[in-house]
Amino acid sequence: MIGSFDSKIPGGPLVNKWRAHRDHSRLVSPNNRRKFEIIIVGSGLAGGSAAATLGELGYRVKCFCYQDSPRRAHSIAAQGGINAAKNYQNDGDSVFRLFYDTIKGGDFRSREANVYRLAEVSGNIIDQCVEQGVPFAREYGGLLANRSFGGAQVSRTFYARGQTGQQLLLGCYQALCRQIATGNVQMFPQTEMLDLVIVDGHAKGIITRSLTTGKIDMHAADAVVLATGGYGNVFYLSTNARGCNVTATYRAYKRGALFANPCFTQIHPTCIPQTGDYQSKLTLMSESLRNDGRVWVPKQIEDCAKAPDEIPESGRDYYLERKYPSYGNLAPRDISSRAAKEVCDEGRGVGPGGRGVYLDFADAIARSGEETIRERYGNLFEVYEKITGENAYEVPMRIYPAVHYTMGGLWVDYNLMSNIPGLHVIGEANFSDHGANRLGASALMQGLADGYFVLPATLPNYLAGQMGKRPSTDHPAFQETAREVRERVRRMLEVNGTRSLDSIHRELGLLLWDKCGMARNAAGLREALEKIPQLRDEFWKNVRVPGRGEDFNQSLERAGRVADFLEFAELMCLDALERDESCGAHFREEHQTAEGEALRDDDKFTDVFAWEFRGNGTIDAPKLHREPLQFETVHLTQRSYK
Amino acid sequence: MNFLLRIWRQQNRHLKGELVDYEVTEISPDASFLEMLDIVNERLLDHGEEPIAFDSDCREGICGTCCLTINGEAHGPDHPGAACELYMRMFNDGATIYVEPFRAKPFPVIKDLVIDRSALDRIVQAGGFISARTGSAPEANSIPIAKHDADLAMEAAACIGCGACAAACPNASAMLFTAAKVSHLALLPQGQAERSERALKMVKAMDAEGFGSCTNTYECEAVCPAEISASFIAKLNREYARASLKASLGE
Repeated sequence: MIGSFDSKIPGGPLVNKWRAHRDHSRLVSPNNRRKFEIIIVGSGLAGGSAAATLGELGYRVKCFCYQDSPRRAHSIAAQGGINAAKNYQNDGDSVFRLFYDTIKGGDFRSREANVYRLAEVSGNIIDQCVEQGVPFAREYGGLLANRSFGGAQVSRTFYARGQTGQQLLLGCYQALCRQIATGNVQMFPQTEMLDLVIVDGHAKGIITRSLTTGKIDMHAADAVVLATGGYGNVFYLSTNARGCNVTATYRAYKRGALFANPCFTQIHPTCIPQTGDYQSKLTLMSESLRNDGRVWVPKQIEDCAKAPDEIPESGRDYYLERKYPSYGNLAPRDISSRAAKEVCDEGRGVGPGGRGVYLDFADAIARSGEETIRERYGNLFEVYEKITGENAYEVPMRIYPAVHYTMGGLWVDYNLMSNIPGLHVIGEANFSDHGANRLGASALMQGLADGYFVLPATLPNYLAGQMGKRPSTDHPAFQETAREVRERVRRMLEVNGTRSLDSIHRELGLLLWDKCGMARNAAGLREALEKIPQLRDEFWKNVRVPGRGEDFNQSLERAGRVADFLEFAELMCLDALERDESCGAHFREEHQTAEGEALRDDDKFTDVFAWEFRGNGTIDAPKLHREPLQFETVHLTQRSYK
Repeated sequence: MNFLLRIWRQQNRHLKGELVDYEVTEISPDASFLEMLDIVNERLLDHGEEPIAFDSDCREGICGTCCLTINGEAHGPDHPGAACELYMRMFNDGATIYVEPFRAKPFPVIKDLVIDRSALDRIVQAGGFISARTGSAPEANSIPIAKHDADLAMEAAACIGCGACAAACPNASAMLFTAAKVSHLALLPQGQAERSERALKMVKAMDAEGFGSCTNTYECEAVCPAEISASFIAKLNREYARASLKASLGE
């Protein structure tokens, strides 16, 4: 294995670790910072905030994104809010409580020290964003407003309408623009990283392809930062933007970076269901709808094709209320998602393809009046009508779970550096803070914590020893890696088969959704592990990628991403198979309590699974490294929100 | 549903483009406009033809990537909303639909329906920010902001940066885009220090990119997917006048 697999968690009491670590971290003096070049791949909340901050500190930054502008990164689509332990509501919140809620929400599969640091800097993020002009919601007295969110008993979520991600991203985009104007940051939009360059065991550059011209370029740097988001699109359909992909992190994995907990993928229970095979993405509907909506499906399969108002009360199965009488329609995310899948698997789903359940507001409208429901959820009902053409005041909504966040990612130490020296990973792309399940409003917090506050403080620990060691792109490692990238592009174009890219990706997605989605079992995972290599074979023998490499070629662009998903999927299933317990979003059917809750096996699995690439195609090919998780402050308990 | 599509095809920014006809059949009314284009592309590939290049990403109306002029309207007929939020049930069966890129001189065509909107980024780089060094911010609640001001700032800040305003404007003016950012930051206490300089620099950058002037046609407001009010353009005019006056007085 390249580099070190030491988490480098500082000693001392939990509350002092981050301060002590900063006090003893190395520094790069202002005059020397301009001698360092840093590559940042991705311009979302993590990458954008890191690029802006490092540029401001005087480093020379090159920032890359596949979008036509850094303002379009997928962070922009986050709706709900951002958590911070400000205790503005005087309801007993504290850094410790935010830390504890996050650890517990993650089902005790994340590092105490990282999560505590996240909670500690959460307040600074709000200060920073307000100073940048982020128009958070306010109370009449002019102070910041908060709302409550799942998994917490306090109101600590800051928000800007239902567009919090957009406003935070624009704040960091504007800070980035300021640095671009000063020349400290050079921006490369519509440019995709296709490989990582390792020189003498250190990450020292990347190979990119311009999406507008097809030109392959080499970029050398003193350090490389990946901020490339999650891999939810491995499922084909997810709430992610179309372009989100695993390529940068997967290519780094193939160059020796460890990939941690890839099977931890979160599925959101309330999305608008798929209507046809042509569908390209899924749209999230706020979970708050479950406060007033009742979830049901017909009791009889024969009734599924009928209009909902033709099914009498006696023919309806309000399955959440039936199975979970204490929580009912407000059962936790993972439980509601799994229950919906179960009834649909039984053939009792509704709508096109039988992949949907009703979320019915008739009772709430009868009780409180249509006006009240309109006031509470009017905008969501409008979005629903725009997409489905149905008026949810008159007919029940149809909802279905969808993939929307991935907790797994590249393994990093406390400095957010991977096992490859020089390669740092931030935001959703790393694995570090959310364990086996992420709480709502915590993704934005983590992205900005990493980019604004953590990485700028920890990066000098690496850089300080690297003065003058930046190689030139003439180095054979660059030439060789670029050659391999060109070769791969050429091979893809040469296949010249008959099968469409989307049909292969869709087949992969269905397989994963079925075998490695909301519920997994050993037999299903083994089956997926057999089928994925076959599908990968099919891709390399029969995919149809038209056009040329040296051109604007959207088919080629997507083909490269799908090719990586086809390899990555295998790692995900392998991880799910090896983790022979249930925890958080990873639900192994073999391990559940009598009530159907995830049943952890703390004796065997209180650790991070970090995979080392050693080839594809056989189950034991990648090598598993295990990082034991030490819980010094919290006690492991059965997660329960009853 | 069946449609006749007349789609703008252009190999690159140097060659001339033209409208090409495509008959498209058996489209579900529940398909989005972009999904309909996905289907057209799959069928083109089946016949060995080059797919139509078009941009999109989030496909839920927030990232601002998609930029189609549909039947002469920026983002098509279903306002307010981006092209990705348009569904085929909005059209009549058998309709002829014209699909072109956003048209404005500062948005050159890269290929087919994909355009270069980096001009908008450069307007923001000229001054569309508050210089707040990371780590130097005061405690967030130390400066109360009246709810009305914060809400109004949010209304301006909601701009998704798609450029539909400039595409719809007969003068290809980017006033609504620029006004939204100048207004957002001018309405907040944190934005005061750079308020004058920001208005002057952003307007100068807008002019330098080749965007036209505003003649109050309000086409921009009509197509804006984020429903940015044209009253912010009046606000920009006031901000610009105020800043010019201060500059002329040497303040």
